[in-house]
Amino acid sequence: MSEKRVLKAPFTNDTISSLRAGDMVYISGTIYTARDAAHKCLFEMLTEGQPMPFDFQGQAVYYAGPCPAKPGSPIGSVGPTTGGRMDAYSPKLIAEGLKVMIGKGSRSDAVVEAIKQYNGIYFAAIGGAAALMAKCVKSAEVIAFDDLGTEAIRKLEVEELPVIVAVDCKGNNAYQKGRVEYEV
Amino acid sequence: MRIVEASNITTLVERLCIEACCVITDDIYNSFKTSIKSEKSPLGREILGTLIENADIARSERNPICQDTGMTVVFVTMGQNIQISGGFIEDAINQGVRQGYQKGYLRKSVVSDPIDRVNTQDNTPAIIHYEIVAGDEFHITVAPKGFGSENKSGLKMLTPSEGVEGIKRFVIDTVSQAGANPCPPIIVGVGIGGTMERAAYMSKKALLRPVGTTNPDPTLQQLERELLDAINNLGIGPAGFGGSTTALSVNIITGATHIAGLPVSVNIGCHATRHAEGRL
Repeated sequence: MSEKRVLKAPFTNDTISSLRAGDMVYISGTIYTARDAAHKCLFEMLTEGQPMPFDFQGQAVYYAGPCPAKPGSPIGSVGPTTGGRMDAYSPKLIAEGLKVMIGKGSRSDAVVEAIKQYNGIYFAAIGGAAALMAKCVKSAEVIAFDDLGTEAIRKLEVEELPVIVAVDCKGNNAYQKGRVEYEV
Repeated sequence: MRIVEASNITTLVERLCIEACCVITDDIYNSFKTSIKSEKSPLGREILGTLIENADIARSERNPICQDTGMTVVFVTMGQNIQISGGFIEDAINQGVRQGYQKGYLRKSVVSDPIDRVNTQDNTPAIIHYEIVAGDEFHITVAPKGFGSENKSGLKMLTPSEGVEGIKRFVIDTVSQAGANPCPPIIVGVGIGGTMERAAYMSKKALLRPVGTTNPDPTLQQLERELLDAINNLGIGPAGFGGSTTALSVNIITGATHIAGLPVSVNIGCHATRHAEGRL
């Protein structure tokens, strides 16, 4: 593996454009958690023309619902959940500016098209490596939908969260590429 | 008649919930170490290294391996000469789950109703399977099941004429379509025969067999080996980014079935396929 590449969150368009499917990188800065229930809420609020709980521009959304924090820790184990379940909501959110996503697993063609159209990116964190990822989280604060418990939107300060570019801004897909390479 | 106290069942289940969620079993941990040597993809080796590091952190800090601490599946094997004293067995088990998920800082992921979807806040009710056997043993396995892998499982009622080739095709197709989602390297539980629900149960139970052990039936042993090779040739690899380690094991359980049927169920376990067991 080559030298560690650390990216600053929130993201600039130049950073997004410079990344290619299959790159292993590390994210430091502010990211927001949101999964199934929070996506449904955001989507409905957008449809009704309500303001969003945070400014989407350049921000990354992490599909994750953490374990409860032990006393003295900012958060419990916090790995990625399946991105595909957010497919119904993502194109609209990407169009609104929430175009940096962190999850795991494949995405629909509609999401990939939106990524290409709006210079977005889909990172995959390593599914199941949640104890390790909790150590990358320096602080966590619920900023919306507190009643959703683990599914609330949390603002996280992270340090060197390890991710892999799964779908880059050109629509190249690391899952497909990797699989074809090693298929016998 | 041997007496088992309900309160002891609760204490045992509480401990097993925490242990299963925080400690990866030795057989699976060791198979990561073996796979890292044979994995062809450099990124795949890096990911397997990350999974080992994650398992080490989870064990030493008693933090969950994965944030999806699952729906709690409990297998009870109970001798017919056991009498439970001091409460109803199902309440005792659910109380253990409640305490384990609370004290272990495990995520509560269960909703009481599939349509209304209101979280029960304590991860109950557990999914409990009872097997009554002869004698007076009392054995419990707690196997929390995350839904990244559960959602990619499947069942098909084949016709007898589809035979072994049909079974292979269905197992491989199910794993192929699952791709990266169930957090590979996976363990593949296969249930063949019985009725629809029995096939599903057998495939779940098959996940508990330790990685590295072989099926006692030579025909099934051969079928497991062929399926494992075919699955690892799919190229899905660790975390789905390509590689030669897609599954660590294929475990088959079979059972008697009807002259007109060939049910096949595939239950996919993630890289952690968590479980812990204990006796009273």
